[in-house]
Amino acid sequence: MKLKKSNLIAYVILIAVGIVMIYPLVWLFFATFKDNKELFGKMTLLPESFSFRAYREGWKGSGQFSYLTFYINTFKLVVPTVALTALSTGIVAYGFARFKFPMKKLLFMLMISTLMLPDAVIMIPRYVVFNKFGWIDTYRPFWVPALLACYPFLIFMQIQFLRGIPRELDESAYMDGCNPFMVYVKILAPLMKPSIFSVVIFQTLWRWNDYFNNLVYISSVKNYTLSLALKMSIDSQGASTPWNQVLAMSFISLIPPILLYFFAQNYFVEGITAGGVKG
Amino acid sequence: MLPLQTRHNGASRVRKYPKNWKWGILFILPWLIGFGILQAYPLVMSLYYSFTNFSILSDGEWVGLDNYIRLFTKDKYFVKSFLLTFKYALMSVPMKLIMALIVAMILNMKLKGINLFRTIYYLPSIMGGSVAISILWRFMFMKEGMLNKMLGVIHIPAVDWLGDPDIALVTISLLVVWQFGSSMVLFLAGLKNVPTELYEAAQVDGANKWVQFWRITFPMLTPVVFFNLIMQIIHALQEFTSAFIITNGGPNHGTYLMGVKIYEDAFQNLKMGYASASSWVMFVAILLITLLVFRSSSAWVFYNDGGLD
Repeated sequence: MKLKKSNLIAYVILIAVGIVMIYPLVWLFFATFKDNKELFGKMTLLPESFSFRAYREGWKGSGQFSYLTFYINTFKLVVPTVALTALSTGIVAYGFARFKFPMKKLLFMLMISTLMLPDAVIMIPRYVVFNKFGWIDTYRPFWVPALLACYPFLIFMQIQFLRGIPRELDESAYMDGCNPFMVYVKILAPLMKPSIFSVVIFQTLWRWNDYFNNLVYISSVKNYTLSLALKMSIDSQGASTPWNQVLAMSFISLIPPILLYFFAQNYFVEGITAGGVKG
Repeated sequence: MLPLQTRHNGASRVRKYPKNWKWGILFILPWLIGFGILQAYPLVMSLYYSFTNFSILSDGEWVGLDNYIRLFTKDKYFVKSFLLTFKYALMSVPMKLIMALIVAMILNMKLKGINLFRTIYYLPSIMGGSVAISILWRFMFMKEGMLNKMLGVIHIPAVDWLGDPDIALVTISLLVVWQFGSSMVLFLAGLKNVPTELYEAAQVDGANKWVQFWRITFPMLTPVVFFNLIMQIIHALQEFTSAFIITNGGPNHGTYLMGVKIYEDAFQNLKMGYASASSWVMFVAILLITLLVFRSSSAWVFYNDGGLD
């Protein structure tokens, strides 16, 4: 294959951009094996020797609670939230996509307009409500909004996908005597696997990376998630922050999203374009 | 039970719904409850709080427009923070979108190995909002950090990335640009939808690449640009994590974005009524901007299919 001049230029640009994109992450990976002196002393990418000290020391966390606790806490927050989101957004999307009911247009418009509702505006009253229920310092402020489908973008994504599934399938199931709920469970939900999977991926990443809600709702260290623990680790030590440990724990917190990304790559592209282009 | 019975007698459609309409309501019920309790009610309450001196410790009294007046006259940081947030959005969003568009156009040249590049470019988008990456950013951009060391090798004097208020805002904007992959994927999908016949016709007419871009590619892409622009602006105006972790609003309040200010007022100083007032100013500003972009869209957004379905 001949390499045209314009293609050559394109490759040079692509590779250069790629290096800039990936370099911080590669650097982070190797930095976790360095000691603090080496981190500040040299700029070489590779460490002088591979030492796991930063991981061993960093993993101890606050002393009282190790990163094992923070990891488990993050899963306790994320997994039920994601599962509930998948259930609730699917069924709500089904309601909007397949049924006619009074004020549907208005309700749909309200749902879409909440996309533009800034978190900061509803955060304070939400906090007050959850505080009254005694839910502060638990994970319920994360689980309940998921159960109640407070994620308009994800509902919208599922609606877009449902629109592509022919209605004839529903109708033949009705002929066979299914009720609307069974139609969803038996016919549509299995067909919606790609969009449900996209919801799972997006929500997992959002909840995993989320810091603001964690900061507001979680107060005691024993319930801390990874984001809160990492922030604590750069605050508590003052001037003598053991950066190598902080970076090692940061890297460890990124592993699940990275794994998810590499195993489910195609769903990322499909999900993000379903919500953004067809609409 | 036939779901679509009334579909055919269009004349009597008004106020008539298929027999199973109650099922529809039942299915959207979770959202309806959530919308009521977790979105509509909080929205109304925060507007109410903004006219009181409410805090979590006391019920608060009605103070009228006091909070709003104080924001604009007595608060040393509100106007600054407000303008700063817009500056941040105006800086980070165009940079990110232009970057995303350029790279998407190169990827659309149908070269070999595109998937690998797409994978790498998207990677930062899946983790960019996390505390871990903000920590990495803070470390990389420190005065004695990795970036300055690299610049030193090619004899560029060290830049105070986090210590100078103006540069610090650029530094946290760069974190957004680094995540251009998410927009790029959208542009790429949009580019695939441009019919190749258009380019062939243009070539017959002797249009060069530059003309082709402005006459064909860009007009066909405008719906995607429009969607991206709105979502990214809304997102940027609410930024919190990077400004809080990397610079903690500093130096000298140089990255004191509205998200950080509202958080500090509400949850550190417990002035929740006051914080509600600033959040409403922000909300109205976001609404106005969105409206403006929507209004302008008829002038520059081109829908090939004659509009939304």
